[in-house]
Amino acid sequence: MSDLITIDMTVNGEAVSCGIAPRETLADFLRQGLELTGTHTGCEMGVCGACLVVLDGRVVHSCLMFAVQAGGSVVETIEGLSDRSAIADIQQAFHERNALQCGFCTSGILMTAHSLLSQPGVPSRDEIRDALSGNYCRCTGYEAIVDAIEVVAQRRAATPQIAEAVA
Amino acid sequence: MNAPLTDLDRPNSYIGRSVPRPNAKRLLAGRGRYVTDIVLPRMLHAAFVRSPYAHARIVSIDVDAARKMPGVRLIATGEDLAKLCSPWVGVLDHFKSMKSPPQLPLPVDKVVWSGQAVVAVVADTRALAEDAAELVYIEFDELEAVVDIDAAREPGSPVISPELGDNTCFHAKLDTGGVDDIFANAAHIVEDEFHFGRHTAVTMEPRAIVADYNATEPRLTVHHATQTPYQFQDLYARHYGIPESCVRVIAPDIGGSFGMKLHVYHEDMAVIGLSMMLGRPVKYVADRMESFVSDIHARDHRVRARMAADADGKILAMDVEDVTGIGAFSAYPRTSVVEGNQVFRLMGAPYGFQNYRADLQVVFQNKVQMSQYRAVGHPVACTVTERLVDLVAARTELDVFDIRSRNLIPDDAYPCASPTGYKFEALSHHACLAKLRTMMDYDELRAEQAELRTKGIHRGIGIAAFVEITNPGPAFYGVGGARISAQDGAILKITPSGDVHCSISVTELGQGTETIIGQIVAEHLGVDRARVKVITGDTENTPHGGATWACRGAGIGGETALQTAKKLKENVLSVAATILQEQPDRLDIQDGWIVDAATAQQRIELSEIARIAYFRSDTLPPGTQAQLTVAHHYAPQGYPFAFTNGMQACHIELDAETGFVKILKHWVVEDCGRVINPMLVDEQIRGGVVQGLGAAFFEECLYGDGGQLINGSLADYLVPMAVEMPDIDVAHVETLTMDTQLGAKGVGEAGTAAASAAALNAVNDALAPFGAALSQVPMTPVRILKALGHI
Repeated sequence: MSDLITIDMTVNGEAVSCGIAPRETLADFLRQGLELTGTHTGCEMGVCGACLVVLDGRVVHSCLMFAVQAGGSVVETIEGLSDRSAIADIQQAFHERNALQCGFCTSGILMTAHSLLSQPGVPSRDEIRDALSGNYCRCTGYEAIVDAIEVVAQRRAATPQIAEAVA
Repeated sequence: MNAPLTDLDRPNSYIGRSVPRPNAKRLLAGRGRYVTDIVLPRMLHAAFVRSPYAHARIVSIDVDAARKMPGVRLIATGEDLAKLCSPWVGVLDHFKSMKSPPQLPLPVDKVVWSGQAVVAVVADTRALAEDAAELVYIEFDELEAVVDIDAAREPGSPVISPELGDNTCFHAKLDTGGVDDIFANAAHIVEDEFHFGRHTAVTMEPRAIVADYNATEPRLTVHHATQTPYQFQDLYARHYGIPESCVRVIAPDIGGSFGMKLHVYHEDMAVIGLSMMLGRPVKYVADRMESFVSDIHARDHRVRARMAADADGKILAMDVEDVTGIGAFSAYPRTSVVEGNQVFRLMGAPYGFQNYRADLQVVFQNKVQMSQYRAVGHPVACTVTERLVDLVAARTELDVFDIRSRNLIPDDAYPCASPTGYKFEALSHHACLAKLRTMMDYDELRAEQAELRTKGIHRGIGIAAFVEITNPGPAFYGVGGARISAQDGAILKITPSGDVHCSISVTELGQGTETIIGQIVAEHLGVDRARVKVITGDTENTPHGGATWACRGAGIGGETALQTAKKLKENVLSVAATILQEQPDRLDIQDGWIVDAATAQQRIELSEIARIAYFRSDTLPPGTQAQLTVAHHYAPQGYPFAFTNGMQACHIELDAETGFVKILKHWVVEDCGRVINPMLVDEQIRGGVVQGLGAAFFEECLYGDGGQLINGSLADYLVPMAVEMPDIDVAHVETLTMDTQLGAKGVGEAGTAAASAAALNAVNDALAPFGAALSQVPMTPVRILKALGHI
């Protein structure tokens, strides 16, 4: 149980090599092992979306996989996306529209927004709400989040070079 | 382009302006610091062994095997912690004859709900603590569980706390007299039995605490996910016998609270003792399954109510009986009676009738504790009242707007009082009603509804009036003996660079407290908002105060900030006048400059005043002592509460075949007095509405007959998600309270107060053509199909 397995992965652009207990989830490893506390755990059963991270280009629940399963993978957390300004326009729109209150769900919601807005086209409000169906937010009532994502979609459509620059 | 200048055009005019929250950027970058994130040197982790039974005697506890597990540093039982922690009793003096048994961090002889923590295991990691917890063997002798609120009150029923005599925590009556006569002679009597399911806060961040006891000073530092750090400083000091000045409670970023994180929880109290026993920091974070069985639940009311009206639909009286189940004891320190008390006092509050009778029974049962959660009591009182009003409308063939227009207290009738004793300074029901009607295009919606019904599409429109309790004074808790402050305090200072630092006792939970305090300080001091730094949530660095609950942050905290800023401004102008050899009343501060009050001509920069005061006091005349830091407190002294009011409307579409309801739209017109930050106020309302819609359609803690919570996970307990929620239009009427200079009242609970009432009326409007009706929330598809007679 306590035997550690050495795992190599890339997290936020940095090579990481760590001895990881097989039972440790990716979420716990990121938060405790790498001190990337921007990823949160709200339910630890893949329902609330607070733990979403980008793994090999796909948004996944880091609470639903073991860290050892991420060996060889490229992981990006809110800290990574933030540092390389990949979601600066989304963060700005969220700030302007107050699309967050306590902020605990926000990292996961930004992951969903980043994923949705990386698709071609301008999503409708219903499509945005549908994309957010795996993200639980207790504070906002969701409307401000939908507004902020909609604004970014429109801004990116109006200035395609922004969309390309952040992709 | 030559529009007249408004208040918002003045320099530094921030009150009334939608400015974003400076502290939100940190959260957006993943740089929040929640208690769940905190790691301290030598920190250990606690896990709890919980009772599988709702009611059982503890026969024996065997921890030998667990103690031998790797990484285990301590295993503690109820008896161990009882040696350190004095018991607490959740009663308040002003609830006459209420009773509740003493509580300890962990039980010593019996368990009273399923999920109750019994044994604490502390280990190097949470995983190791949980490993060891699995090997703790507790022998229980199961007792009959008291689950049902009627069974609990039957003679011969098991009594959960035999020393109390029975399972009734509190029984109270209100009676203005004459109610029987009115009902005997009324043209119309409508009545129903209402059921409100238990639900719970489901904050995104679960409860979390890190206690760090250092015996050498002695010193207890608690990093606590709470909205009320001062209350907990007092409780930890008193129950563990530590001098208050040696207890520091820090509430950093809080991942949602909604009232849930201001109650005493057994695990949290235990963690303090565990840290004292170990002399090391101990962390406990509830996981989601633990949250469902240990966070407070809310509501759980059965209300039988009737309303009498005359032939014209004029409401004459209400007669109400509320029974509420609160778990095995009353929560501490605010008690579990407050919700019932507000339910039976808020009934009918928006309306002018003066005859009222009510009976409230608060009952013990073997479930987790029930206590204050956002909009305490309001949704229950509002839903019962508004449904009965709609029933009177149906009986008298009045439109739902017309019946309310006929009965709401006139806007020019204030001040006045409700039959239950609430004093209203000034409300605006009719202005809100009129605004709502226009805003939702009511007549158009009704026409559309009629047309769609011919096509087999069943839409419903429901409206609800509400009154909300905000800005509570000491009448709320202080008079009952609770050491919960009704006042707040601020320390405001000019830094040597001319920046402004404000530490204040109201707390930030994401609603924007720090932002609005910054707006108020900046405006009343006369500086750019970016130069004001607001500090909250630390008993060591802020004055003692009530903090944020019951919608008091803006009204009381905001007034505290305003008065403090004015005081500091006087001090600044006094020094400036000395330096400039000018009269202080001829000077003002604008944009960080001391200016000529009449001409706004810049005289000297605030930073220059600060430089001289801090570093060149030798250049000031003898006897001049610059006071660039002020401390100031404010407690409400006028009305016991600042009541707010508003109207909500809900538009739904019912699928009569499946029982599914699509919420199409929701509208709110709200009057919270002075709106300090329109965007933040609207977001409070929207978030509140969605919690109310959650209660209306989804959320319910379901118990089996044996007292087991059967849906205690986020996969089983439904919360409102983005796809199910509508866009919510919000508008305002501003009736200022004259009790303060700021004029602001609270707004955080308004959305929750009436959302379920409007939703219930909307669903019943859609059910009406089928001759069906519903008087229970949540309105699940199964309940709707039962109402329709389909199952």
